[in-house]
Amino acid sequence: MEISTQHTDPAPPLAAPSTAVGKRAARGATRPGDRIFLGLSRGSGILLLVIMAAIAVFLTYRAALAISKDDGNFLTTFEWNTGLLPAKFGIAVLAFGTVVSSIVAMALAVPVAVGIALFLTHYAPRRLAGPIAYVIDLLAAVPSIVYGLWGALVLVPHLSGLYGWLDAYLGWTGILSWQGGAPRSLLTVGILLAIMILPIITNVSREVFRQVPRMHEEAALALGATRWEVIRMAVLPFGRSGVISASMLGLGRALGETMAVATVLSPTFDIQASLLDPGGGTFAQNIASKFNEATEFGQDALIASGLVLFVITLLVNGAARMIINRRKEYSGANA
Amino acid sequence: MSTPAVTDRTTGSLRGGSLPRWFPLAVIAASIVVAVAIGLGTGLHSKVQWGLIAAILAVLGTYVVAARVEGRRQARDRIATSLVWVCFLLAVIPLASLIWATVKRGVKVLDGYFLSHSMAGVADTEPGGGIYHALLGTLEQVGLATVVAVPIGVLTAIYLVEYGRGALARAVTFFVDVMTGIPSIVAGLFVLSFWILILKMGYSGFAGSLALAILMMPVVVRSTEEMLKLVPNELREASLALGIPKWRTILKVVLPTSLGGIATGVMLSIARITGETAPVLLLVWGTNFINSNPFSDPQASLPLFIYQQYANSSGSGAAYDRAWAAALTLIAFVMILNLVARGIARWKAPKTGR
Repeated sequence: MEISTQHTDPAPPLAAPSTAVGKRAARGATRPGDRIFLGLSRGSGILLLVIMAAIAVFLTYRAALAISKDDGNFLTTFEWNTGLLPAKFGIAVLAFGTVVSSIVAMALAVPVAVGIALFLTHYAPRRLAGPIAYVIDLLAAVPSIVYGLWGALVLVPHLSGLYGWLDAYLGWTGILSWQGGAPRSLLTVGILLAIMILPIITNVSREVFRQVPRMHEEAALALGATRWEVIRMAVLPFGRSGVISASMLGLGRALGETMAVATVLSPTFDIQASLLDPGGGTFAQNIASKFNEATEFGQDALIASGLVLFVITLLVNGAARMIINRRKEYSGANA
Repeated sequence: MSTPAVTDRTTGSLRGGSLPRWFPLAVIAASIVVAVAIGLGTGLHSKVQWGLIAAILAVLGTYVVAARVEGRRQARDRIATSLVWVCFLLAVIPLASLIWATVKRGVKVLDGYFLSHSMAGVADTEPGGGIYHALLGTLEQVGLATVVAVPIGVLTAIYLVEYGRGALARAVTFFVDVMTGIPSIVAGLFVLSFWILILKMGYSGFAGSLALAILMMPVVVRSTEEMLKLVPNELREASLALGIPKWRTILKVVLPTSLGGIATGVMLSIARITGETAPVLLLVWGTNFINSNPFSDPQASLPLFIYQQYANSSGSGAAYDRAWAAALTLIAFVMILNLVARGIARWKAPKTGR
């Protein structure tokens, strides 16, 4: 990542125009070594596609086995009972918990992460920015189970105060009321997820902000813009697609996060009206918590819920890629 | 980055109204004093709340004073500055707390005995035992995953950069991107449905490393691709112009040039999968005993060990201590990998743009 920024240095290659010719000539070669190598590398590419397809096919196959024996409605049943036949299970609670906790995480993390990225690229003293960026890079690598352990043993005990405060002042909204249980709720999960995805969003946003053409910023400064106006007029418009992609990456991680949720949440199989009351569950957490005691049929049912998670993350990531690819053509930055 | 300071001064001298350099510090100091006073006065005992009150006061105070003296635009600039600083401080708190808690609680039982003994014959609630079995399992599973994923990943990247044109390359690029976002538990479920439920292979370290390899491949492809793109075209052309076949050009010119970057990417991806718990939970199952054969029977693994110590301990301090110590070991391992990767990156950085 550090290297990739270096090539933005303005160093116009003088001998560039011959590029296309050289490549075309080389492609015509049909030496056996070339053919084997091309076959190997193309084969690997195809293998990746095959793996993706296989994931979809096998998950769908096992999921179909389970869903065909589901006595309830797979989408709307508020129950997860796979031990005894007739089995009755549905994903409504899981979908709700996953979406809500991810929304909370995104709402908390994205503004803060963009703020930190701006801090690192435009506000922090030079001497401070380097080490901080380095530390954030490292924090992105902290395993999720460690976040989970910290969340359960350090964060949860500290949140009672916040919960009491929210209940006292915002309890009237209904979604922020609190009955006084242990704060192992979807809100806590959202907060923890926000902390977890913060480094990723920050890192990607920072890379993008750093690539804003110096000329754009200096032009704005020359027109008398304050630093904030430079950011609003030159930096943010340039970095928007990057920030969106960064957020999507964060969202993808939040949606599929397993262990941190499994350690922090105290799951129940129903939907709580309030974010603050313990209960609910997410797709990934449900799989991790129920897997050990599941029969083979139970595992199939969990695979069915995993398939839904797979489809959701596919859609999120696919949408993010589409946005980025489309934006790439418009932003004249690389011209 | 020195421009903003200059701008402030010039606009200030033109407009007349400008606040002294120590103004932000003064506002921060004042708002901290007021926040402490409010905190003590109303009996708020959480220091975090004091901090939040101070932050809000600092932002508002800055705006009000700056709007008076310097005008709206400057005030807005200052409020943005203070908000950005608040964002930064807000993020530092949990991250610092995470590191602090892990180190402080982790060092309690982390010693030579802990690293060299397994949990055989130690009940979850008793003190003692260690993580040797888990370390061994993690190293073997991650090693196997690396052996599977790196060749495929690097070759795919070579295909995309050196050969890739047309629909297939576009599809591969797109799905590599999408694959990066696959939740680890879904990769685990896939291997479960395919390897264990259909092929009936049983839980083993290798099943886990298959899932880890799936998670690792897109990361390797991505980083290798970036690195290959950095190799100047002139190098390829020079080699091809000498009549050297393309595959030899790739092997002898392109890959060596970008080797440092590729190694960095591989190390970072190893660091990423080392901490993955979910697929290991589904596929490796976990055990208290030393099992050095990753191809048969359940193994242990470091992240899984942390989870099981936490989940099965029923609140016993000894198990929590072990979990923290294992977490510290895991973080240290991942951090070392990261540092080494970055060291390689700096050392081998391709020298572009002289």
